[in-house]
Amino acid sequence: MNAIPVLSAAIWVPIAFGAFLLAFGNDRNAATVRVIALVGAILGFLVTIPLFTGFERGTAEMQFVEQLPWIELLGASYLLGVDGLSVWFVLLTAFITIIVVVAGWEVIESRVHQYMAAFLILSGLMIGVFSALDGLLFYVFFEATLIPMYIIIGVWGGPNRVYAAFKFFLYTLLGSLLTLVSLVYLYLMSGSFSIIEWHMLPLSMKEQTLIFVAFLVAFAVKVPMWPVHTWLPDAHVEAPTGGSVVLAAIMLKLGAYGFLRFSLPIAPDASQELAGFMITLSLIAVVYIGLVALVQTDMKKLVAYSSIAHMGFVTLGFFIFNQMGVQGAIVQMISHGFVSGAMFLCIGVLYDRLHSRNIADYGGVANTMPKFAALFMLFAMANAGLPATSGFVGEFFVILGAVQFNFWVAALAATTLIFGAAYSLWMYKRVIFGEVANDHVAGLGDLSRREFGMLVVMAVMVLIMGLYPKPVTDMTDASVDALLRHVAASKVR
Amino acid sequence: MAEQSFNLMLLLPEILLLVGICVLLISDAGNARRRFGGTLRALLVLALALLALIPQSSTTTETAFGGMVIVDSLSRLLKLLAVIAVGATLVLSSRYCDDREVARGEFQSLALLSLLGQFVMISANHLLVVYLGLELMSLSLYALAALRRDSGQSSEAAIKYFVLGALASGFLLYGMSMIYGGAGTLAIDEIAGRLVSGEVDNWVFALGLVFIVAGLAFKFGAVPFHMWIPDVYQGTPTAMTLLIAGAPKLAAFAIAFRLLAEGMLGAWADWQPMLLVLAVASLVVGNVVAIAQQNLKRMLAYSTISQVGFVLLGMLSGVVDGDAAGAADAWGSSLFYIVTYVFTTVGTFGVIMLLSRAGFEAETLDDLRGLNQRSPWIALVMLLLMFSLAGIPPMVGFYAKFIIIGSVVSAGMTWLAVFAVMLSLVAAFYYLRVVKLMYFDAPADSSPVAPPTSAALVLAVNGAMVLLLGLLPGPLIGACLDAVRQALGS
Repeated sequence: MNAIPVLSAAIWVPIAFGAFLLAFGNDRNAATVRVIALVGAILGFLVTIPLFTGFERGTAEMQFVEQLPWIELLGASYLLGVDGLSVWFVLLTAFITIIVVVAGWEVIESRVHQYMAAFLILSGLMIGVFSALDGLLFYVFFEATLIPMYIIIGVWGGPNRVYAAFKFFLYTLLGSLLTLVSLVYLYLMSGSFSIIEWHMLPLSMKEQTLIFVAFLVAFAVKVPMWPVHTWLPDAHVEAPTGGSVVLAAIMLKLGAYGFLRFSLPIAPDASQELAGFMITLSLIAVVYIGLVALVQTDMKKLVAYSSIAHMGFVTLGFFIFNQMGVQGAIVQMISHGFVSGAMFLCIGVLYDRLHSRNIADYGGVANTMPKFAALFMLFAMANAGLPATSGFVGEFFVILGAVQFNFWVAALAATTLIFGAAYSLWMYKRVIFGEVANDHVAGLGDLSRREFGMLVVMAVMVLIMGLYPKPVTDMTDASVDALLRHVAASKVR
Repeated sequence: MAEQSFNLMLLLPEILLLVGICVLLISDAGNARRRFGGTLRALLVLALALLALIPQSSTTTETAFGGMVIVDSLSRLLKLLAVIAVGATLVLSSRYCDDREVARGEFQSLALLSLLGQFVMISANHLLVVYLGLELMSLSLYALAALRRDSGQSSEAAIKYFVLGALASGFLLYGMSMIYGGAGTLAIDEIAGRLVSGEVDNWVFALGLVFIVAGLAFKFGAVPFHMWIPDVYQGTPTAMTLLIAGAPKLAAFAIAFRLLAEGMLGAWADWQPMLLVLAVASLVVGNVVAIAQQNLKRMLAYSTISQVGFVLLGMLSGVVDGDAAGAADAWGSSLFYIVTYVFTTVGTFGVIMLLSRAGFEAETLDDLRGLNQRSPWIALVMLLLMFSLAGIPPMVGFYAKFIIIGSVVSAGMTWLAVFAVMLSLVAAFYYLRVVKLMYFDAPADSSPVAPPTSAALVLAVNGAMVLLLGLLPGPLIGACLDAVRQALGS
């Protein structure tokens, strides 16, 4: 028990700021709105610092636990807590929120207060998802994130935004509605909504399988896994830059986190049983989607497909059930948060100038935007998994884990290093190098101080994680270990 | 049963309401054009009824008129909510009615009369009283629907409403007569007793039950008895639509509860399958047809039909293999659903009224285009209401769906629950479309919306409640479950 409710603060500070902006902002005081939004985002990040400094390493117990009665009638409580599996995502979310506010600073001109409010509220809700230890509370946060994202894509998105927003919402809702039924079922079996109690609940193989499948639909859509990934390229392409960043950096992790918190520990036997199936889907994502990314002509689409391939790596890591695999998957998730977020920021920088995402419209950008080209290079390399960047660590761990599991799985997974390099660097080459392609490119101005600042911060994070990932693995170690031991022990009734 | 006492004091809310209506009518006699006191007069009458309701005990069950009228926690809760719903409707509709030159006195007194009818239905413990209350309510509503007699559309809707409503009442009355034939009594608690002791003629009784269920389905608007709902919702002026769509649903729940759960729980094997068919059909037809609607009120009508499907799911999930132990919780969850539904509906139609001006009805979906730019506050309230209807947390509508799903799963009908949630995915589409029009599209009509302060206040409170009850739904769920538990004596 902690004296200061750190997690509650992390959830409600951004939401409170968001609500404040919604109430008092309007188009006339946009400048003030931006400042208040930034203050809210920074404050929201500062309150999460104790999670890093005060986190007790070496234990798999839930920490920073808060419990308040909520809906006693239904046995649901306001129960929050983090362990090694979730703590990094809380930090990541709060961090990315600052970047997103900065990224939308001058770019968003209409209804600034609603834009900023949507992101701040979304940030609080996502932290809620990562820290909820009560099934109903988790579901409320999980679903509620759809509302601000739907608005963000639909209001500030590209030409085809309406289609993308609907597809995003309905696709995700489809998955979560089945989850709702299985949450209700688990509640009726256990008499409680506590996720920790659900972990201990013995279930027959048939029950486990059905629950696993219901969760799978929800989380697979969110991750997204092949073949339910089709909403993601649409959503990414149409969303404004900030929306793409949040989608790639955090929202995809909601699904992957769901596997760790729900599927694996609640239905361990079914997870073991269906691991082959999951590995197959993951490998298809890695190989097939990697190839699909290669042929994209739209930069955002390319990064979107590369996200799917990278997330395939994550799910692969989960279902080979060894320390290396799961550990690597978590590192990969955090790293992907920074790398893909930064990639979308870079594309946003170009898009703000030329209003085109077509690779063919660019060429020779290095001549006019040298600072940008250097930073973009780093992120493209990280996306390809170059050693010394964060992208390498996670992929390497997962491949090591996969070798322990089965050589051929590892071999197929390792093709990502080739495809990743191919699509990232080829795109980089076509956009950045060569002769100046046209007058528009010739007229490009280099990064403004705001853009430079936010990209440098991201670059620093990518490098730190690549060179010294120990702080991350230290904090996740014990929890991953406990999870794997839990999954190995059967709980068939 | 206190046969000897009349217990007039128990009926104080009804009596005050009736006296208030009479005073309203008399004060208007001869000067219908005068707008004396505005909506305040009617609100005063409602406040009196409310004051009389509040002291009623929420833990004991008492009867009046020799057991024909019952006052228990359920009746108290439903009457309180009905008063609030009608009060909110009156405030929201005051300018709408003025703009359309609806005679205020007639409108208010008819609305209050229909509320009186609802009170009688809610407290009915005898089939005849049920019918009395139902007719009092329905006749007032028919008259309300026809109040704009210079409008062809409105008159057409009123005629449809009257003919089909009368048919439904006929069904119900016919069913009651058969129940009387089968059970030999019209008192609801005696019917329950005779069902238990097996003194009923099962064949006649079952036939009567079919008519009763059909009549109830008519009043609720469950498929296949739903055809009047879209036409009436679309055709009547919005203020009247709200009076028809809001509080009467609470009263319809009350009589369904008194008849099926209190009186005929013993005959569950007969009514459970009927409700199942009605529920599934309503969910399918309501949700699928709503997608194709261009008229906002018609879309909401079909959405109502689908919501009724959910309510029926809750009602039917109470009895599992003859074991009625879960009945209280199941009906309680239905009650919670209908309460949230009524208040979301009040807000939704309230928004439609505020967007309408003299000579212009904001009826089609296109009228909502770009509302966020014209009036961000109203758009935000409508957004909350739409997501609540779609059952997306953290809005209260989510918990309504949630506890119904819980009730259905605990009755062992998991596949029915999966079916219901899949259809709410379909539903999400047309609610999302409303949000899309308000937020994503540019306005076709850039005139700002300037609602009267009182109406804006009611709407803001309504929107805030949808969100607040979504964050902390415990008390209201508890109140609904307790009321039903106590009424069922379990």
